[in-house]
Amino acid sequence: MNPMEDKLRWLEKAGDADQEAPQELHGLLAEFETPEALLEACTKVRDAGYKKWDALTPFPVHGIDEAMGIRMTILPWLSLGAGLTGLMIAFALQIFTNGIDYKFLISGKPFISVPANIPVAFELTVLLAAFTTFFGMMILNFLPELFHPLFRAKRFPRMTADRFGIYIESKDPLFNRQQAELMFSRLGASALEPVLSPTKRAPLPGVIHGVGLTLTLVALIPVALAVKSRFSKSDQPRIHIIQDMDFQEKYKTQTAHPLLYQGAASMQPVAGTIRRGDLREDGHLYRGMAGDEFARGFPMALTQEMLVRGKQRFSIYCAVCHGATGYGDGLVAQRAEALAEGTWVPPLSLHEAVVLDQAEGQIFNTITHGIRTMKPYGSQIDVQDRWAIVAYVRALQRSQRATLTDVPPDVRAQLSQ
Amino acid sequence: MATITAGAATLDNTGDDPRVRAPLIVGNNDYTTITDRVCAVVEDPKVRKAWLIAFLTAVSLTGMLFALVGYLIVTGVGVWGNQIPVAWGWPIVNFVFWVGIGHAGTLISAILYLFRQNWRTSINRFAEAMTIFAVVCAGLFPGIHVGRAWLAYWLFPIPNQMLMWPQFRSPLLWDVFAVGTYASVSTVFWYMGMIPDLATIRDRAKHPVRRFVYGLLAVGWRGSARHWHRYERAYLLMAALATPLVLSVHTIVSFDFAVSQLPGWHTTIFPPYFVAGAIFSGFAMVVTLAIPARAYFGMKDIITMRHLENMNKIILATGMMVGYAYAMEFFIAWYGGNEFEQFAFINRATGPYAWAYWIMVSCNVISPQLFWFKKLRTSIPVMFVLAIFVNIGMWFERFVITISTLNRDFLPSSWGYFRPTLVDICMLIGSFGLFFTLFLLFLRFLPMIAMAEVKSILPRPAAHPGNDHSSSSHTSPSHSELH
Ligand code: HEC
Repeated sequence: MNPMEDKLRWLEKAGDADQEAPQELHGLLAEFETPEALLEACTKVRDAGYKKWDALTPFPVHGIDEAMGIRMTILPWLSLGAGLTGLMIAFALQIFTNGIDYKFLISGKPFISVPANIPVAFELTVLLAAFTTFFGMMILNFLPELFHPLFRAKRFPRMTADRFGIYIESKDPLFNRQQAELMFSRLGASALEPVLSPTKRAPLPGVIHGVGLTLTLVALIPVALAVKSRFSKSDQPRIHIIQDMDFQEKYKTQTAHPLLYQGAASMQPVAGTIRRGDLREDGHLYRGMAGDEFARGFPMALTQEMLVRGKQRFSIYCAVCHGATGYGDGLVAQRAEALAEGTWVPPLSLHEAVVLDQAEGQIFNTITHGIRTMKPYGSQIDVQDRWAIVAYVRALQRSQRATLTDVPPDVRAQLSQ
Repeated sequence: MATITAGAATLDNTGDDPRVRAPLIVGNNDYTTITDRVCAVVEDPKVRKAWLIAFLTAVSLTGMLFALVGYLIVTGVGVWGNQIPVAWGWPIVNFVFWVGIGHAGTLISAILYLFRQNWRTSINRFAEAMTIFAVVCAGLFPGIHVGRAWLAYWLFPIPNQMLMWPQFRSPLLWDVFAVGTYASVSTVFWYMGMIPDLATIRDRAKHPVRRFVYGLLAVGWRGSARHWHRYERAYLLMAALATPLVLSVHTIVSFDFAVSQLPGWHTTIFPPYFVAGAIFSGFAMVVTLAIPARAYFGMKDIITMRHLENMNKIILATGMMVGYAYAMEFFIAWYGGNEFEQFAFINRATGPYAWAYWIMVSCNVISPQLFWFKKLRTSIPVMFVLAIFVNIGMWFERFVITISTLNRDFLPSSWGYFRPTLVDICMLIGSFGLFFTLFLLFLRFLPMIAMAEVKSILPRPAAHPGNDHSSSSHTSPSHSELH
């Protein structure tokens, strides 16, 4: 297997700067061919009392923990702790956000709803526990450790494929090269290799420092820009990256249009256009007119309800000025008199002859359009109600001019008492 | 070097005789051959033609997918067929489909690990990779389905100038957490499982760039027994965490439907039914991918017929569960006496989408019944076709659930018939492109079989290498080195 023979020249040169440096013994590597041989050897090395040693295997060999005397890792406890932390964070987050900080009623669910919080709580428990398991494993193993003297050993590569190894570091207090070699050959090691490491690691090539420095500086540019804009003022509007529907291509009121008649962006309706519901053909009903004259009489049949309604509307809209009985002595009029306002024109008494003689259509018209100093009420009171008020005004007038014949015969006697 | 003699002569390990322990790996395989064979795929200096063609096809489909995503974002979700009353159209169907497929990987690596099903070692790497790529495809759809994709970060509880928080009582938000956790945990699990194998590739690498890249990925793993100890613990813990996780994910996906008050969705059977369906579709996808891959890369003795047969048995079992769920939904609709629910189900089987319903039933319930027969279960062409049928059927299951429920609203005046647009169809095809792009890259550049795990289940060679030197195909180390 040698797929990539064509090595890059410059990489080759940059290869291993430590190769020429003075070396010292880092440890002794013994190779074994089978897991069984390895296990046997491990037991012996353990019993010999070595401390700084390790076995190298391409896969986890069953039974090696006992053979080497490896104690149980604390990793499960870390995972448990992380899982519980995740659980608590999840509940705290959900209770704080939905139950306290931003209460938002949805489908009548309670703000703090434990059943609804369980799924997220479960997921965060697993998330934190799993990540802690992985990173905990890495940290406890001191990984990533991209360089180790073993990586230079000739025998090492096969130990991640199909061979097994035991490595004793020279730092071990019991380490003695002759003794260790003797022990390994007795244990049936198929090969032995002293592993060297440079006494002093060669410095990083200058290029890498340069590249590192440049990258760091480049990475700081966005941060610097953000800081700058945070602490300076600008009279430009904010950059609007995603416009959503904030700006639409349309003509607004009072803007000119190059193509349309007289440049008006909003066009006038064609002459004679009538808005839906605005066709008011019945002159009597809508305008109180019969031809060019004010209409006499009512456009609808009078009813009790209409008079009651008229009384109510009259009290709301007219009584303030004209008074409850129509004599022009409403509260506004009284107050104006009391203040002796020079410009005040008193409201006309509705019992004046002008009004008495008026056609019903004219009173209707007065309400709709106002008269002289009286303001129009057409926009506030709808057509039916205006007629109801007119009917009530007529009732008021008649009440002040009633004769005995207007009283029903069965109650006349009471009046004369 | 010892050679395994058991089962050497035959590639058939599908025997059912309980007295004979069927070998998990067949052929004359030992630690060396496993390493050589798996690494050879990654180390092959030539780009093989079939792979290249498949890859270019997949990449162009991926390009189409992303072009369409761009078009969608610029134009708006109106480019899809989603239209009231069917506001959840194909994007959600595709999401559930892909998430479902992404269940087999973690199931194989975690649940089968806890149950000590050693046969998993040949297929777990492969299936885990498939899981992650399927989840990538799945994650894309809800991300663009939110309409204004640039505001998708609103799904996360990030303090913001609006002083608003996400709504944690909604299953849609649970989904964000479930799928997010699942994607990240299964990626970590996958990567962790790969570290020892990456170290193997690093140590075999000749080219410095290659050594550097795989060296970085292998984070300096050197197979130390002390490291293995913590690694194995971590793996067990990850499996123990991933097992409930994988079950929770599709449960929560099913809540998206079941928690809403719609007849046809609002049923308590949804969580187990969805999980069974996910396993069903996931295994079907593993079989679909494993058959060509093992033939093309010559892994027939590592991914053996027994592996395929076991997976087919799981497909049969989960297919029956899914069929049971289909029947139970009808039973409960009748037994529950709710006329709206009864209507929803009768409409499902006889209404405007009856064609989809019956495609689903025939692919998911009827066709897997063929796996009762050992002959069919161990026939490559039969299982390949059936696995594809199951994939189709499971896509239609999600289609039926989503669309046949929505298209008949409570008010007949708002009834409608969903029609996908060309964009819908091309996006589904494009998502397959994305999936296969990632998968083909994985096959080419990463160890597709968990070498370290397979080695740990090989029968151990004899203790003293001197005893069988003759059978060793490798040069013995020179004893001169033993001074
Ligand atoms: C803000 C006070 C005010 C209110 C309210 C008011 N009016 Fe008047 N009204 C006046 C005044 C003032 C005049 C006399 C106008 C003038 O002579 O310049 C008048 C005049 C009139 C006249 C006589 C018109 C004429 O032909 O000379 C009528 C009829 C009348 N009002 C009816 C009503 C009715 C019906 C209402 C209720 C809808 C009403 N007014 C509400 C102030 C009011």
